[in-house]
Amino acid sequence: MTPSDIIAVLKQYDAGGIVSVVADLPYPHVLVKAEHLVAVAAFLKTDPQLRFDLLRCISAVDWPANNGMEVSYDLISTSFVHTFAVKVMLDRRDPQVESVSGVWPAAQWHEREAFDLMGVRFLRHPDLRRILMPEDWTGHPLRKDYQDVVEYRGLKFNP
Amino acid sequence: MKEIELQYQPDLLHEGEVPSDIRTEELVLNMGPQHPSTHGVLRVILHTDGELVLKAVPYIGYLHRCAEKIAEKVTYRQFTPYTDRLDYLAAMNNNLGFALAVEKLGGIETPQRADYLRVIFSELNRIASHLVATGSYGLDMGAFTPFVYCFREREWILDLFESACGARLTYSYITIGGVRDDLPDGWVGRCRDFLDYFEPKISEYNDLLSFNHIFVHRTGNVGVCPPDLALAYALTGPCLRGSGVKWDLRKATPYSRYDEFDFDVPVGRGQNGTLGDCWDRYFVRIEEMTQSVRIIRQALDRLPDGPVQAKVPRMLKLPAGEIYCEVENPRGQLGFHLVSDGGTSPYRLKVRGPSFCNLSVLPVLARNCLLADISALLGSLDIVMGEVDR
Repeated sequence: MTPSDIIAVLKQYDAGGIVSVVADLPYPHVLVKAEHLVAVAAFLKTDPQLRFDLLRCISAVDWPANNGMEVSYDLISTSFVHTFAVKVMLDRRDPQVESVSGVWPAAQWHEREAFDLMGVRFLRHPDLRRILMPEDWTGHPLRKDYQDVVEYRGLKFNP
Repeated sequence: MKEIELQYQPDLLHEGEVPSDIRTEELVLNMGPQHPSTHGVLRVILHTDGELVLKAVPYIGYLHRCAEKIAEKVTYRQFTPYTDRLDYLAAMNNNLGFALAVEKLGGIETPQRADYLRVIFSELNRIASHLVATGSYGLDMGAFTPFVYCFREREWILDLFESACGARLTYSYITIGGVRDDLPDGWVGRCRDFLDYFEPKISEYNDLLSFNHIFVHRTGNVGVCPPDLALAYALTGPCLRGSGVKWDLRKATPYSRYDEFDFDVPVGRGQNGTLGDCWDRYFVRIEEMTQSVRIIRQALDRLPDGPVQAKVPRMLKLPAGEIYCEVENPRGQLGFHLVSDGGTSPYRLKVRGPSFCNLSVLPVLARNCLLADISALLGSLDIVMGEVDR
């Protein structure tokens, strides 16, 4: 299916949850309200026309200028070979969204990474803890306003 | 006295019956981060009951080098050498993935000869990477000889790479807009010599390792990953195909003119155990080497003349926008989510390492697995920690 067909199917399912759509290449996607995310994800996975069975990636992007934290979910369907992406825009001061690990278990580690490096809290995640940084690290390194740590466990760093 | 008797004569115990005065508890074992079979700095905490693993909790991040943060500080061209160090056994494929993401977002057309060279070098690197996977998997299972055989052939590939780009591990050969240099004189002939030499060797590996009785017993029926589990955890590459799912990005969404080549996608069939076991994942890699040889032969036969590099400005600026681009690496799908704000460096670059996703299924597969099979399982997933931790 082309991106515009996918968007049409999605609009039929949940028009109220969709904030904006982009049907053009290179990155067709739909921005949904955070509280609709899990329902939309489950629909994308199970709908017989869509069947997005492979969650490829979850990436968080920090936008301090408009106080937003964007989380994108990149999907592909192995049965129909079409790709699509879903996005949510969260409040940067306290970004939180429901976890999609119930729909795609692959999300578990991606969400832990987004939590670790960007500070997005995924509600109802089975095991939300840091994954790449040490457990006692402070701050979220991929945020745009991250200040480099000068000392960690007695180790001093020269900038 | 009765207690001592029981201790030394376990046959006196009825099966499954433990005297009430003996306390049993889980034994927690630490594996790694320095362990030969974890293939790098991976640490796994194993909760065991005798020989049985009840729970395995992987801890990663020991090789975290903030590649994604670095990407925000350097220009697009400057990031290519960093991609070499993600999956350091398949640097060519990483270069290709990043170059394609930038080219697609920037609308850069690559010359036909560059595309063919990219295919040749990615497939050679796929063979080299699978040789390491095969050889070290044999090593994990206690067979030393196949390792030496595999590295002998890999050496020839590295020589070919060295003559083309000067490096043996971190190539940075595939750059934005094409490849860095044209081939040196006589390279095509040397590559053909290698393919003629290498192709019969694959059956040698099969005799040595694949169908070896001990190896089959160590890997068949072990770490079985059914197809739906593999898809749910987004396994890709040989791990997904080992579970019988015919999914290969080179066929599904061809890039870099892969659609012009004729090749098959090998999948696991469960011929030495259950579908999706360690042996299936291993054997898919062996079969893929044959297919890579086929692709390289076709590419060499039809290698067009012409430039190898498109005109790309030194300080490349991409239009504001974003893209998600994936390529089929030896270990699975390597993805780059590139967000540009119109500047000379990425605003955000997220790397989806295939090993990262493949490793996330470990806690599920390791449950109720024998302790000795953990290394069989880890080796069959074929992880590279440089890519897991980035």
